[in-house]
Amino acid sequence: MGHEHAHGSYEALRVKALESLLVQKGLLASDAVDRLVAAYEQDIGPLNGARVVARAWVDPTFKQQLLEDATPAIRELGIGGLEADHLVALENTTDVHNVVVCTLCSCYPWAVLGLPPSWYKSPAYRARIVVEPRAVLAELGLELEQTVEVRVWDSSAEIRYLVLPQRPEGTEDLNEDELAGLVTRDAMIGVAKAKVPA
Amino acid sequence: MTLPSSLGGLPGVGPIEIELDEPVFHSEWEGRTFGIANAVLVKGLFSVDEFRYSMERIPPVAYVNLSYYGRWLSGLERILIEDGILTEEEIDARMREFALDPELPVPRRDEPEFADLVLRIVYEGVSAGRETEAPRRFAVGDRVIARGSGTPGHTRLPAYARGQTGAVVRCYDAFALPDSSALRARDDPQWCYCLRFEANEIWGDTAEPRAPVFLDVFETYLEPAD
Repeated sequence: MGHEHAHGSYEALRVKALESLLVQKGLLASDAVDRLVAAYEQDIGPLNGARVVARAWVDPTFKQQLLEDATPAIRELGIGGLEADHLVALENTTDVHNVVVCTLCSCYPWAVLGLPPSWYKSPAYRARIVVEPRAVLAELGLELEQTVEVRVWDSSAEIRYLVLPQRPEGTEDLNEDELAGLVTRDAMIGVAKAKVPA
Repeated sequence: MTLPSSLGGLPGVGPIEIELDEPVFHSEWEGRTFGIANAVLVKGLFSVDEFRYSMERIPPVAYVNLSYYGRWLSGLERILIEDGILTEEEIDARMREFALDPELPVPRRDEPEFADLVLRIVYEGVSAGRETEAPRRFAVGDRVIARGSGTPGHTRLPAYARGQTGAVVRCYDAFALPDSSALRARDDPQWCYCLRFEANEIWGDTAEPRAPVFLDVFETYLEPAD
């Protein structure tokens, strides 16, 4: 990834220039920028999505509400916000595996997963996952049976997608918090399965 | 015209590089870029569609070589210059000042009520949903051809789907058409549909089996297939 960030010093200077000019013209609030950065660095992340998934695993009524209309359902857990105003949850089953991309930019359900990782935003993922999802998933460590239908969801409009992974076997005795610990960001994008308890 | 951002199906892009234990922002400038862009979006300097279209006009080679926040920065700078808010000369001059004196502080201007509003939007969201009197032209099960809006510029129809036939699988709400709002044209509410495209129809005989693509498409992009 060295190449990706090699121009940091040019870009750091350029951003300072933009920020200082916008501040002096009265168009930018420094504290708004600070708080935006802090919110996504420290608060809004995949733990939100993991709580949603764990609740769906233990509560069939909640799961049904989530699959019918995810935005009001997650609001019940106190979760919501930017880039989840029109959230749709996609359930993985033994026959169907869902995986999410945005080939045009990098749309992503920020309120449940935080900001996306670099690989999700990379030209390689955006180009390849729509055309060879089985190969890409295998490359990322997820081998799927040939009988499983792989559905690729290209978030091209205002809908944001959250994958509801399958609950791993052998987790009957785990409580909701322990279950949430098995739900990774990658499982909710659809490039992995939920973790199996150690 | 295909914009450099329409990457779906592009061959020869190589393996997907995974960065382990990746931070949310790799350096301070990435975070500032993210924060500045979102703050001026809330301020109403431009819309998210104008911002996306600004990034899509980065020349293709530069587009794929820039990092994600490099594209944000480039797009932000372009739109601020185009809108006459900043000039390239004053950005260059200010950049030289920071280059010559690394200790030079960035001036601050706090606006607590506005910052509260921004954070409220972060946690409560802001819907692009729109009311429309127009009846839906399509229903679940209809076969449709994705044609696009017919005008050059910003669009949310990926190039790989253009001219392809899909089936409506879900009917979504109406939203402001990004093609119009990117150009600051009047608000154009359009019903949105989720379409299912079979892989072999888009990619041909070499397509992977049982690997359909689902795409959310605005009604004005579509015509009936039958």
